Amino acid sequence: MRWDWSTVIEVFPLIFDAMWTTLGLTIACFSTAMIVGAIWTALKRIKFKPFNWFISFVLEFIRSTPPLVQLYFLFFAWPMIPYIGVTLDPFTVAVMGLGVHFSTYISEIYRSGIEGVPKGQLEAATALNFSTRQKWTKIILPQAIPPIIPMLGNYLIIMFKEIPLTIVVGVAGMLTVAEVYGVNNFEYLEPYTIVAFFFLAMSYPSSLLIQWLEKKMNRRFVNKPDKKGKGVTAT
Amino acid sequence: MEGLDITLTVLIGSAIFGYSIAFIAGFGRLAKNVFIRKFTTVYIEIFRGTSLVVQLFWFFYVLPGLLGIELSSYMIGVITIGMNYGAYMSEVVRGSILAVPKGQYEAATALNMSRFQRMRFVILPQAIRMMLPEFGNYLIQMLKATSLVSIISMADITYVGLLYRDANTSEGVAVFTMLLVIYFIIALPLIYITRRLERWASKGVATE
Repeated sequence: MRWDWSTVIEVFPLIFDAMWTTLGLTIACFSTAMIVGAIWTALKRIKFKPFNWFISFVLEFIRSTPPLVQLYFLFFAWPMIPYIGVTLDPFTVAVMGLGVHFSTYISEIYRSGIEGVPKGQLEAATALNFSTRQKWTKIILPQAIPPIIPMLGNYLIIMFKEIPLTIVVGVAGMLTVAEVYGVNNFEYLEPYTIVAFFFLAMSYPSSLLIQWLEKKMNRRFVNKPDKKGKGVTAT
Repeated sequence: MEGLDITLTVLIGSAIFGYSIAFIAGFGRLAKNVFIRKFTTVYIEIFRGTSLVVQLFWFFYVLPGLLGIELSSYMIGVITIGMNYGAYMSEVVRGSILAVPKGQYEAATALNMSRFQRMRFVILPQAIRMMLPEFGNYLIQMLKATSLVSIISMADITYVGLLYRDANTSEGVAVFTMLLVIYFIIALPLIYITRRLERWASKGVATE
């Protein structure tokens, strides 16, 4: 097997086109995960023990089973479940499968953000006679959201790298296009290497961006005591 | 389900390989030699920057042709998962070693310990308890990653399940529910151990 530049020229536009599918899918999955994650977090805040345990169990179950099998489940088994089962097209399966899988992680991030807001803030808001709605929109969320933005960014990158999984249900992402080309032309070296290059080229700069953001956030929140009461100091 | 042994052996294989890589690369990032440090950084960024699925395909289809060697799909699975998670975990190793307070280094040097002794008796025992909970988390991640080897046609439980479903299309729901439950059952002890480790690691550690 030799590196052949003519193959590269031939296959590069194909993979470049498929990149938009992969990116679109990433954004769709991430939006789903953000919304579903918020629902999980809200459900977990309901203070009714059995219900709480049930939600924790569901979250743990989704988190510790492979997303691959979850995709298969949605694709093959879901249409066969009576009453609620409908046949889903591959794109929807991918969005639902990966979206719900990552929503469990995202909900953990939300929780840590909310718990990171010092208790005194809430008490002060109560003392000032804020309504529950005001407490959340004016006091808690404005303080909870900025620190979690870098963490959410990290998960966006992780999710981007999980997107090729959707090859198993046949979404035409970068890897799928490369595989189809490889099978038809018996050329695997160039297509797969280009795909790997694309992933690296996109995720490495974004991870640098996240690191920069993280540093910036840390600087902004210097000396804000966290929940253990020890100061966060900039290094 | 017959595929269980494959899933477990791939998990154990890649865990051992991954942890070894993690330590080697973690120390590599901290090495004094600029060349070693740069080389390890490149390795880590490549494996963290590209997707595990893409790596698996690359190792499976490209590498044998490129090097002219035949690797069993078991080896490929273990090597890819091990190297991928090794890259992630090396950051844990590096972070934990750096998190050991500076005074510990200075005290060890003051006691006339060699570099090796300092690492072995002073730094590592403190760093490892910070690493272990993270390692537990990554073990669960690796368990999930082993399901990917079914894509390169290794007969793990996911693959066996798929085959069974192809033969008996009407039992799709049962097959995939079973698969999810099996993975969850394997993950349960790992989750439990990780929780225990987390509690153990935070016990008796002075917070500045």
